[in-house]
Amino acid sequence: MTRLSDAFAKGRPALVCFITAGDGDTGANLDALVAGGADVIELGMPFTDPMADGSAIQAADIRALAAGTTTADVLAIATAFRTRHPAVPLVLMGYANPMVRRGPDWFADALDVAGVDGVISVDLAPEEDADLGPALRGKGIALIRLATPTTDDARLPAVLAGAGGFLYYVSVAGITGKQQAAMASIEENVMRLKQQTDLPVAVGFGVRTPDQAATIARVADGVVVGSAFVELVAEHGAAAPAHLQALASGLSAAVHGARGARA
Amino acid sequence: MSSQPNSFRNQPDERGHFGQFGGRYVAETLMPLVLDLEREYRAAKEDPRFQAEFDDLLEHYVGRPSPLYYAERLTDALRLDAPEGMGAEVWFKRDELNHTGAHKINNCIGQILLAIRMGKTRIIAETGAGQHGVATATVCARFGLPCVIFMGATDVARQQPNVFRMKLLGAEVIPVTSGAATLKDAMNEALRDWVANVHDTFYIIGTAAGPHPYPELVRDFQSVIGREAREQMLRRTGRLPDLLVAAIGGGSNAIGLFHPFLDDAEVKMLGVEAAGYGLDQKHAASLAGGAPGILHGNKTYLLQDDDGQITEGHSISAGLDYPGIGPEHAWLKEVGRVEYTAVTDFEALDAFQLLCRTEGIIPALEPAHAIAAIVYRAREMPRDKVILANLCGRGDKDIFTVAERLGVRM
Repeated sequence: MTRLSDAFAKGRPALVCFITAGDGDTGANLDALVAGGADVIELGMPFTDPMADGSAIQAADIRALAAGTTTADVLAIATAFRTRHPAVPLVLMGYANPMVRRGPDWFADALDVAGVDGVISVDLAPEEDADLGPALRGKGIALIRLATPTTDDARLPAVLAGAGGFLYYVSVAGITGKQQAAMASIEENVMRLKQQTDLPVAVGFGVRTPDQAATIARVADGVVVGSAFVELVAEHGAAAPAHLQALASGLSAAVHGARGARA
Repeated sequence: MSSQPNSFRNQPDERGHFGQFGGRYVAETLMPLVLDLEREYRAAKEDPRFQAEFDDLLEHYVGRPSPLYYAERLTDALRLDAPEGMGAEVWFKRDELNHTGAHKINNCIGQILLAIRMGKTRIIAETGAGQHGVATATVCARFGLPCVIFMGATDVARQQPNVFRMKLLGAEVIPVTSGAATLKDAMNEALRDWVANVHDTFYIIGTAAGPHPYPELVRDFQSVIGREAREQMLRRTGRLPDLLVAAIGGGSNAIGLFHPFLDDAEVKMLGVEAAGYGLDQKHAASLAGGAPGILHGNKTYLLQDDDGQITEGHSISAGLDYPGIGPEHAWLKEVGRVEYTAVTDFEALDAFQLLCRTEGIIPALEPAHAIAAIVYRAREMPRDKVILANLCGRGDKDIFTVAERLGVRM
């Protein structure tokens, strides 16, 4: 068992929370998410060119970089988080270039030392796995893959080969933070994915409210919320932790209780 | 004795790699489409009707073949202060005479035919200086497809004539304010649009970069430049040129000229990047001053810092002002088949004026970089040698920029 697999084996769906590293007091913000009931933390590695992200996360990346956030800072945030929260899984999410800049082995070693459990590399297609996948898996770090509405059954095995941690289902063909997909489509796709993998399936993109999260949690193993948290960081600055914890509490109650509510 | 490949013309491999460069680094939503595009492109290449339609449009709509021209007065001017017996002949491939005034249209014709073949009904593109935007808007008007052009807000402000041209042609121009609001940010925004509209939208990428198969198909569509030039040169002079020269931003005009000559061992090649204010200051020379990395769908040389954050380039030429370069150039540099150099804004401005006065041709600032490199190289080569450069665009769009840099009020 790993921290990630434990997080999805609590007998209830998991809440996955994203914020961008270096945007505000990230340590305090992460603590607030955990206090609010986050089961998995996704820590965004800021990048100058976040081409799969909508305006909220783009702006967060720019704020973090303008504040001087470096890869070393992201790793320090991860290390400190691991010390404070030994059991909460931590996933780094970002784009391939900052991850491979010093070589895949350097990155995998650094994450191993920092206690990071998984990596989501948005623009590292499974076809280019060699750039990062072997190094991460060699250190026992999960390379978490994304599936989308355009990933058909013929392609899915390629996505699943070498995948670990959980499968991130991107519910809309689009960028982060925008509209949510129709529930019927989410349910159908999650069922389709689960037929082909034993990995937990978490659903994200466009999920903002406890109601939306609860609906998704009835069919998915996890729900990912990002832009809504990032917007709170932008709006409240140093006062963000209280707001983050409040939203995380509402979301976690909705997600954790989703199956019970149906029964 | 060497690790050289048998041919320099058989790249990329089946996964879209040029050596360690190229590839398909895109979000999962786009992967199925990128794979579709590759299948469709392979089929189109084998389809004589596709080729016939492409050739017909190039001839009757674009105005190909473009002339091959011996620049006698420029050659003489460069011989004036050359050492005894030195001063190679300078010839130009006149792609600035194409419809819309640059080589960009060759690729746009090819890609819109592919888009139609794939049943796509909406076209998007990014543009820096506006030349690719104008060429895309042009083919969209020609084929009656709606067209959305993403352009950095900074570029919109400094390229107003091209913005108006695109609008006249019926395109919607969306100013992009994220990042530095220039070409790379326009490309990010185009990718965001594409990922949200994959079902009906085709992205016409303007240079030989992006995820496979774009670098390959853009190269193939632009290779008409080199194929024509090779045949014209043989017919006119009975020989091949000794040196090919082309400016490089993303590198589509250069790869179009170079590729058909790559296996002619006696033909040397020189790609000219934009050194901007100088390679020790702000510039756009990814090969000279960058390092391999991953951006916009491919692995290639990028201007970036130690953490892999992309840095802003600078060039007087908006068409060269991009922090990356097509992956095939990165490979050709690494295997040593093509030499790459860089010239500054200042040198390009001098060369721009030199061509105006010696040949009566106002070049775009992009090929002015190639001409600046020729000013040095021609003097180092004997008189019986031949330099062939691609005059890839005309300078009408640049006269405001040039006037400003020369201190002239218009």
